[in-house]
Amino acid sequence: MLTANRLRDGEVVWWKSGAWVTSLAAGQVFLDPKDAEAALEAAGAFVRNNVVVTPYLFDVRVTNGAVQPVKEREIIRAAGPSVRTDTGKQAGLARSEADV
Amino acid sequence: MYRYDEFDATMVRERVEQFRYQVQRRLDGKLNEDEFKPLRLKNGLYLQLHSYMLRIAVPYGTLAVRQMRMLAHIARKYDRGYGHFTTRQNMQFHWPKLVDVPDILSELASVEMHCIQTSGNCVRNITADHFAGAAADEIEDPRVLCEIMRQWSSFHPEFNYLPRKFKIAVTGSPNDRAAIKFHDIGIEAATNESGEVGYRVYVGGGMGRTPYVGLLIGKWVSKEDILAYLEAVLRVYNEFGRRDNLWKARIKILVNALGADEMRRQVETEFGEIRASGSLTLPREEIARIEKYFAPPAFEDLSDASEEYEAELTRNERFADWSKTNVTRHKQPGYAIATISLKELGMTPGDISHEQMDGLAQIMDDFGYAEIRVSHEQNMVLPHVRKKDLPALFARLDALRLGTPNAGLITDIICCPGLDYCDLANARSIPISQAIQDRFADLKRQRDLGEIKIKMSGCINACGHHHAGHIGILGVDKKGVELYQIQLGGSGAEDASIGDVLGPALGPAEIVDAVENIVETYVGLRQNGERLLDTVRRTGVQPFKERVYAAH
Repeated sequence: MLTANRLRDGEVVWWKSGAWVTSLAAGQVFLDPKDAEAALEAAGAFVRNNVVVTPYLFDVRVTNGAVQPVKEREIIRAAGPSVRTDTGKQAGLARSEADV
Repeated sequence: MYRYDEFDATMVRERVEQFRYQVQRRLDGKLNEDEFKPLRLKNGLYLQLHSYMLRIAVPYGTLAVRQMRMLAHIARKYDRGYGHFTTRQNMQFHWPKLVDVPDILSELASVEMHCIQTSGNCVRNITADHFAGAAADEIEDPRVLCEIMRQWSSFHPEFNYLPRKFKIAVTGSPNDRAAIKFHDIGIEAATNESGEVGYRVYVGGGMGRTPYVGLLIGKWVSKEDILAYLEAVLRVYNEFGRRDNLWKARIKILVNALGADEMRRQVETEFGEIRASGSLTLPREEIARIEKYFAPPAFEDLSDASEEYEAELTRNERFADWSKTNVTRHKQPGYAIATISLKELGMTPGDISHEQMDGLAQIMDDFGYAEIRVSHEQNMVLPHVRKKDLPALFARLDALRLGTPNAGLITDIICCPGLDYCDLANARSIPISQAIQDRFADLKRQRDLGEIKIKMSGCINACGHHHAGHIGILGVDKKGVELYQIQLGGSGAEDASIGDVLGPALGPAEIVDAVENIVETYVGLRQNGERLLDTVRRTGVQPFKERVYAAH
């Protein structure tokens, strides 16, 4: 998958078909590494247009249709702090899709 | 407390407007991220895992009531209702929006606060003993020198692009509560043969991937010469510190490559030149002017014994428990120092809610001469409380869930934010500290174990001071799995030492048992009131290692 942080508020976002979404579940999983690289290149336009910063690719596993990042870091980015479940996306506190 | 003069106020106000303009230019695309990043970092603004993070300077760990109320207000209005006190006595907010930061800085400036010196390769916010001005063992209040150094180092043109960040800590007491020997420069107030108060200057201490205990470079430096001496140290570092390798850029690498004698010789040469120019000689009148800001409050003339306090000790067991660990002797008869634990079991070490901040602000007004301290151990301290007020103070703290009776005990854990928040972290640290707290929740057992300092970091950068922990824990990432390495025998106090690595890293499910095994080994070996640290120093780590890895 492809992820970044939104410039104006730092919100974690994921790539979906040429745009960005604020939940991992709604993001796009690339089965072919070439597609992932192409998306990363396309994300460069959003960097140049000051929408997101530091886009990068990371690995996920898909089990019965559910997407789970391989690394703990990305699990935590997708949910929020594991020690404060009242904060972050896990608490329904994702900032709006606006400006994505 | 120190109050801004016109120069300070103008400096901070101009900085806010400068950053507001920089943020606007970033949002408009006139600055790209590569251009903007060093500018935001110079204003304490990082990009972390979930959001931006704003680090606010708390110079020498001292906060006034209006500042505490402002932090509560910012937590409420711009963040998610809480903040986090760090091991450098600063405050971090984990959730600010970039677009809000100029307004946050503007609000901070209205109470003489800012984020200057909280990031970048400059002299960072200077830290001090949290018992400053109150400790019975104090030679002088270290904050006077801290404030003089703040004025000298803020935006110092020669030291704006040092090879790497530069951290200074000061203690006014022989008992070091500021971990000075783990700083780039550590300063200790000391008297010379004729009884004059000056300073010992330790240089080249640090943690991170190459830990060192600072070496005594300035054996005794007079008050008039201290800035000249510090400038000499920084000049040697600025000229010879390595800029080719990020991991070898701190002054500790230079000092330990040169050795204490050669470092001292080079510093003395620079010092001689600076002193000859006379430009950095501190006038006595200026020292006296700054001292006035830190004059003790108007203490009442009280007997040291307090009937109210003594009566409550016998009447209220919980108060007595709290008093045993969280109350420290004050230099003024009838007064005490109260440590407010931010280590409530099951909570995040160093975190504080906006309600607690507001509650503390009122308590500061009611009991604390309108002042509070942040400790590098991620607790808070009311430095001047009348003993007879301690029962009422405890009741108020308890109602705010700030009455945890564990200062200095095994559950009083220093812990960095780790992988739950931090972009640099390799592993989570907070859940491990909570699991250890849970295992040792029994207060009777904690007290039987005595002083045990557990310090935990989620990566090698060591914000959680794991090298200096009696028990140090370092989170590592091995092929995507969070593992934890244990060190034993470290100390951040006057007997500073770096802990020895016990053995291979352990999984999250094993680490609490390992701590339990260490503690049980200590209980079996301890002699004559030894602390865990004393036992480890006497026996070495081998018996602990054998017990921890027995099942492996």
